[in-house]
Order: sequence, then C-alpha cells, then structure tokens
Amino acid sequence: MRINVGYWRFIGMMLATLLIGAPAMAQMSDADTEFAEQVAALNARSFDEKAAAAQAIADSGHPRASTVLQALIDSRLYFRVVGGDVVLAEPTDGGFALTDPVTGEAAGTATQYEVRRVVINNAIRGEVRDLIARAGLTSPDATVRRDAVRQLLNNPDPAVAEQIATLIEDEPKADIRQDMALVLGLSRLGSDEPAERLLALDALRGSLADRVRNQVRDLATNDPDERVRQQAGAMLSNIEDKRQLWGLAEQVFFGLSMGSVLMLAAFGLAITFGVMGVINMAHGELIMIGAYTTYVVQLLMPNHIDYSILVAIPAAFLVAGAFGVAIERGVIRFLYGRPLETLLATFGLSLILQQLVRTVFSPLNRQVSSPAWMSGSIEVNAAFSLTLNRLYVIAFALLVFFALLAIFKRTTLGLRVRAVSQNRAMARAVGVSSSRIDSLTFGLGAGVAGLAGVALSQLTNVGPNLGQGYIVDSFLVVVFGGVGNLWGTLVGGLSLGVLNKFLEPQTGAVLAKVLVLVFIILFIQKRPQGLFPQRGRAASEG
Amino acid sequence: MTAKMTPSGSATDLIPLAAHRRILHGDLGGKILLGLMAALIVLVPILNLAVPSDSPLHISTYAVTLMGRYLCFALLALSLDLVWGYCGILSLGHGAFFALGGYAMGMYLMRQIGDRGVYGDPVLPDFMVFLGWEELPWYWLGFDQFWFAAFMVLAVPGTLGFVFGWLAFRSRVTGVYLSIISQAMTYALMLAFFRNEMGFGGNNGLTDFKDILGFSISAPSTRVALFVASALALALSYLICRAIVRSRLGRVVTAVRDAEPRTRSIGYRTDRYKVWVWTVSAMLAGLAGALYVPQVGIINPSEFSPLNSIEAVVWVAVGGRGTLFGAALGGALVNYAQTLLTAWLAELWLFVLGGLFVAVTLFFPRGLVGLLRRREGS
Repeated sequence: MRINVGYWRFIGMMLATLLIGAPAMAQMSDADTEFAEQVAALNARSFDEKAAAAQAIADSGHPRASTVLQALIDSRLYFRVVGGDVVLAEPTDGGFALTDPVTGEAAGTATQYEVRRVVINNAIRGEVRDLIARAGLTSPDATVRRDAVRQLLNNPDPAVAEQIATLIEDEPKADIRQDMALVLGLSRLGSDEPAERLLALDALRGSLADRVRNQVRDLATNDPDERVRQQAGAMLSNIEDKRQLWGLAEQVFFGLSMGSVLMLAAFGLAITFGVMGVINMAHGELIMIGAYTTYVVQLLMPNHIDYSILVAIPAAFLVAGAFGVAIERGVIRFLYGRPLETLLATFGLSLILQQLVRTVFSPLNRQVSSPAWMSGSIEVNAAFSLTLNRLYVIAFALLVFFALLAIFKRTTLGLRVRAVSQNRAMARAVGVSSSRIDSLTFGLGAGVAGLAGVALSQLTNVGPNLGQGYIVDSFLVVVFGGVGNLWGTLVGGLSLGVLNKFLEPQTGAVLAKVLVLVFIILFIQKRPQGLFPQRGRAASEG
Repeated sequence: MTAKMTPSGSATDLIPLAAHRRILHGDLGGKILLGLMAALIVLVPILNLAVPSDSPLHISTYAVTLMGRYLCFALLALSLDLVWGYCGILSLGHGAFFALGGYAMGMYLMRQIGDRGVYGDPVLPDFMVFLGWEELPWYWLGFDQFWFAAFMVLAVPGTLGFVFGWLAFRSRVTGVYLSIISQAMTYALMLAFFRNEMGFGGNNGLTDFKDILGFSISAPSTRVALFVASALALALSYLICRAIVRSRLGRVVTAVRDAEPRTRSIGYRTDRYKVWVWTVSAMLAGLAGALYVPQVGIINPSEFSPLNSIEAVVWVAVGGRGTLFGAALGGALVNYAQTLLTAWLAELWLFVLGGLFVAVTLFFPRGLVGLLRRREGS
C-alpha cells in the first residue's frame, strides 16, 4: 500500500518535472530523486505512513537523512500549503526561511499562512529518535556514537542488538563498548530461554543504570523461572545498596559545591569583618559588582566567550577592589570603632550600589554564558556524575583560599595586616602606615568578594539582588567558623553547605535553610566564638 | 500639621493624664508629640467626616489612611528606639515583631470574612480551601474572637522576643553579632512564611478583609476610627516608653547601654533588664503591625524582609536616637518623604534612602533632634 502511494507520487513528480522541463531533472542524481520521493512521503495523511516514510529515509543511507529526521522531531519540517512540498523552515521575523530538504539549498521564504508543520505524534518521535541513533552508531564521531548508544538503551529491541553485536568488537572507545554491552545484555534479558536470561543477568552485574534496575526489578517479581527470579532479586538489592551509597556521594558533592560558593562569598567578609572588625553590609553588592564585571567583559569580547572568564577573574578583582578602597576611604575610615554606625552606613551604600546597577544596566537579570570547557560532566557511573562547572567552582574556591593564606602568611602586606589587626598602636610605632594598610586590606576583601561574583555568575543569573541573598549566609559562615580565621571560614562554609544539602531532601530547600539558621543561632549560644575561636589578646579585646 | 497649631504651653492641658506629668517633666519634645496626637485625634475625624468634600479643609479618606500608616511606622520606630537608643541593642529584626502582630490581626480579619470568600467556606479561609485542607489548623483556633486576637497581637511577638532575648542576652551576644542574629531571625521567618505549608497563606499572605468588629473595613468612618486608634496607641506607647526610661529600671538599662561590664560588676543582672526591655519593645512593634494591617488591607511575608527592619533603623537614626519622640518623628517623616519621592521619581528613592543612611551616620549622628538642639544651643 505505502509503496503504491510513494510510487504514484513518484510518477506524479516525474510527470511534473517532465512538464516543467528536463534540465532540472538532469541536476538530480538517482539517489537524490529517490530520497526526494521519500521525504515527500513524510507529508502523508496517517501517522503510520509517516512512520514508514521516516523508516525509508533512515534506510536510504542518504547523507542528508539524519538532518531531515532531526528536523522532523524538532518540529522544523514544514510543507507548503500549495503543492505540498516538504521543506525545512526556520522561523524569521515575518515568517519562515525555507531550505530544500534534499539539496540543503535555500528555497526562498514563506509567510506563516503558506506553510504548515508536518505533525507527528510521540510514538513516531520515539521511533525516529531510535532511527537517528541507529544511523549514528556507525558515525566516525565518538560523541555521536556515544549519544546513539545511550538513546538505544531506552529501547533495546533485537534488531538493534543484532546491529550492535556486529559493531561492538570494532568499537575503539571503552565507555561506548560498555554501553553497547549494556544494550546487548538488556535485549538478552528479554530472551525466551531462562539460561540466556541468567547469562544476561551475569553480564549486567555491576551496572547501576536506571534501565537495568527497572528491568531487573521486573524480572525479580515476574519471571516465570525460579532461578532467574532469585538471581534477579539478589542483584536488585545489590544495585539498590550501591545506588544509595552513590546517592550519598552525590549529596556530599552538591553540599561541597554549595559550601564552596558560601566559602567564596564569606572569604571577603572574613577579611573585612574578621581581620579588620569592620562590618560591611555592602559586601553582597561587591559580589554583585564582580558578577556584573564578568558580564561586561563577556559583552566586550563576544568572539572569545571561552576565554572571557579568564579576563574576568582579574578584572572583577580589580573593579570590586577599587570600589572597596573607595568605600573605605570615603565612609568607613570615619567610623572605625563604631561598629553599629558602620553597619548602617554600609547598608546605605549597598542600597545605592543596587540602585546604581538597576539604573545603569536594568532591573532585569542578565545571563552570563559559561565557556564550553566548563560545561559537561564527568560521569563516574550511571548513578553519580560530577558536573564540571561545580567542580571548577570548588577548585576555584580552594585556589582562592590558598592564595589568601599565602598572602597573609608569606607576604609583607600580610604581615602588616596582621600586625595592625593585633596591635594598631604598636604597628604604627614601628612604622606601619596603618591607614594605608586599612585601605589595602579592605580592598583585598572587596576584591575577593568580586572573585566570588565571577564564580556565582557561572551558576546563576546576574541581577541587582544577587548579593543580597548571600550577605546573611556569609555572615553566618564567618560567625560559625570563628571570626578572624580563614580556616574557620573554609570549614564553616563547607560544613554548612553539606548540612544544607543533607537536610534538603527531607525538609525542602526553604525549611532546610531555616533549620540551618536556627542551628547556627543555637550553636552561637554554646560557642559564641565559633568553631575556631581566636586566642590571645585580640580575642579578649573583641 | 506643624507644632504651631498646638502651642507647647497648652499641650499638657490637652492630656487628661495629670498623674503622668512627672514623666513628661522637662520633655518638651514629648509634650509636642502628645499635643500633636491630641490635635490629630480631634481634628482629623472632623475634617474628614464633618467637612464637605469640596471644601479645601477636607481631608480625604485616602489621606487619613496614609497618615494612619505613618503613625504605625512611628510606633514601630518608637519601639526600636526603646531598645536601640536606651539599651544600645541595634535590632535588625524588629520588622519580624511588626509582621507577627500584623499576622495575628490578619488572622482575625480573615476569620471575620466568614462565608463571603470566593469559595464560600464558612470556616476555612480561601487559601486553605484552595490548598485542599479539610479543617482549620490548631493555631488558627480562637482567632474569630477579637479579644483573643488582640491578646495574641501582644503575646506572639512578646513570646518570640522573650525567647530570642533570653537566649541571646544570657549568653552575652552583643553588638553587631546580635544585630546579625536578629536579621537572621527575621530572614528565617520570611522564608518560613513564604511556605504554603505554614498555613498563613504563603506568598500571597492574608488579604481581602471585609470587616473589623462588625464594621466594614473600607468605610470612611472605620478608617477614621483606625486612625484615631493608631494615634491613641502612639500616644499611650510614648507614655509607656517614657515611664520605662524614667524609672529606676530605665536608669539601669541606660547604664547597660553605656557600660555593660561595669553595670554587671556592680551587681545588676544585666541580661534580665535587657530581656525585659526587649520584650516590651517587641510587643509595641507587634501592636504597630496589628494597627497597620487593617489600614493597608494586606499582610504578606515580604513584611519580614530584612530591608524593612533596617529601614526602621534609619527612621530612628534620622529622627534622633535615644529621644523617643525623635524616633516617632523620624518614622513619620521618612515615610512621608518616601511617599512624595516614589510618586515623583521612583528610581531616586533608593538613592535617597541609601544616602540618608550614610549622611545620618557621618554628618549628623544625633538626627533631626540633634540638629534642632544644636541650633537652640548656639
């Protein structure tokens, strides 16, 4: 039947081309003509016919087959209302830009009334995905092959298994080979022979994939064979145990990544508040300035998004640091020794900075795109993968931490900062310009806040309220960890992050945050100096 | 509405509280404030209800409600000044007490809606029906009675204030630490009240009120009554605060502000005095919130936002910390300025507010009252 339809269309097209003129015909090779006919068949009346046409296109082996099929599932395949030709269409301002599906050449434009979408249902969509995947199995590109095998994991039917069995020997990539073995094993689980199913279970041992778990669970309850049921049951509990363990590891990872963000946000505060004793409520806005600097740097170098972040890191440090020095020189200098007044004045500054950003940029959130080398993830196994951007943030936080530690312990500036914070009068007596050190220390703290802004811009949208959400958290981290102690900030930030992530599944994100707040308030009752209290003279003065 | 309308000499005569004259001894600002309240209580109802609306002397109901709101803010500022100005505790969480008082009143008003809600349930408020709740949570019981709600308006903020203060002051959390913890408290409450599961209307809060004590809440006469209630509450609270700071207890509290370790060494249990003043202040803030809610017609979790609390601090600072009447003045004035500015140039307001914070701390730490006194002195 469907051959007939295609056939008559083919005849019709031949006649049409003959009538229009033979030269057009001469440019098309035989394969193209056949392919054109299959593509035209996509605009059939019934879904069955469309599915068959898609199958035919996949079998054709034509170089543009996967493009057309992809367009079909992406809803980019249209047909002309007049004539019924199938075309690829991209929406433009006034309508659509059309492309010829066979040649890939531009085929003019159309208004929205001249073309209509080739409608498909989810069943066809699934089938077409599998078709694309099967075509991708033989692709020379390893990532295409990997995605293809992943897709086929969802529907490992015998035909697929057969094709993969021939390919698995020659597959050079070990991880793709593993996935291929999974597909084979899954398809063999559906075998009629109990012995075959047992072998398949053995072959799948050690896999934690969702698909495997579901299939094994199914076998453990429904298999007619007693031995298969038993083995599947044993495997299932094994899989569940392991997945639970990996789930725990995942929570720890999320906790650490959240903790490192908290830590980054709190480092600057640990310097300004912890070392200098200045309470800076505009700290969150300095983070925001860092994030906006990242955004601006990205705007300035639109062709080098991958490297803009490397420029943004020093830029954010300098810009936020400059703001910090200005704030210290302009306001805070006059308020030393009056913490409550400092708090109020810097809060006013934070309002001004927020409104400034709203006026200069806009009240709307801005998107900062991550560089390509930061996206993606390292997959440890089916139940646990490490997202690269979170991994980078953790690494960045640690880097900043050790850099700060080095500055404080190994440089002259660090020595002077510590001298001034421990005994200002004595430091001045031995020739340290304490007001200059104050400015530099505050600038350093502000610059580190700017670095936190760079990291945050990679995780969330950049907006005027970005910093506000972190000010209370950062203070809690500093107070929890112990004032004036970078190690305290490190441990405090990480442990609060992990605590938060462990509470979240039980209580929800908001209540988890509330519980952490309550926990810290109670903790401070017990240990007012935090986890790592300062010892010696400085402590008794504070 | 300036002080000219009520000559300061006759101010005390307007107050039928002869026994409290000692409290107001030497307190010119307080006398002016009380005189002003008395004048407002008499004049505003007449100018709104009796004077025809085309007369230039007429005060519109909108203006009455607006002024009522300023008075509530003034009361909040007053309560904050009691702890900040006289006890040295800078609270960045007084908005929480204000909002809790408001919620207690809102719950009463919610129950008064009865079956006039969208879903027409005689007991459950609309949002509970919407969430599919079967019955009223236990903590909503009793709020259909005004006396109970009025009690809770003081009891809930008071209890929170007592527990918080007891925990904080007993373990000697002071200075900026206390400020940050109080901010964390209101922040945590905001997050909690945003949750639908809490049973306080979540994001939308409580609104669509119909009537209070049987009177329609949108009627001009009710608005005027609420305004008068706010003015009375402010005047009464002023007298209470004044009585506290003039008492022996108040002297100890001021000593705590100036030198806590020394006061402790002399033998005073400073934490008890602080908890006491803190709790009273929390209750006054709750009262302000309870008067505020029926006038604006809504209470939602954003009232808990840390910004609101810290704005209240700037009112006190602008008016003049440690003077009580200055704080009340600041609360009303800054909000009046906000109304003017946001109508004129909305973008400018945050710049002005931020600038106020900086200017008041750097250039005139004693606020408006300090400026006036300096002029008198020179």
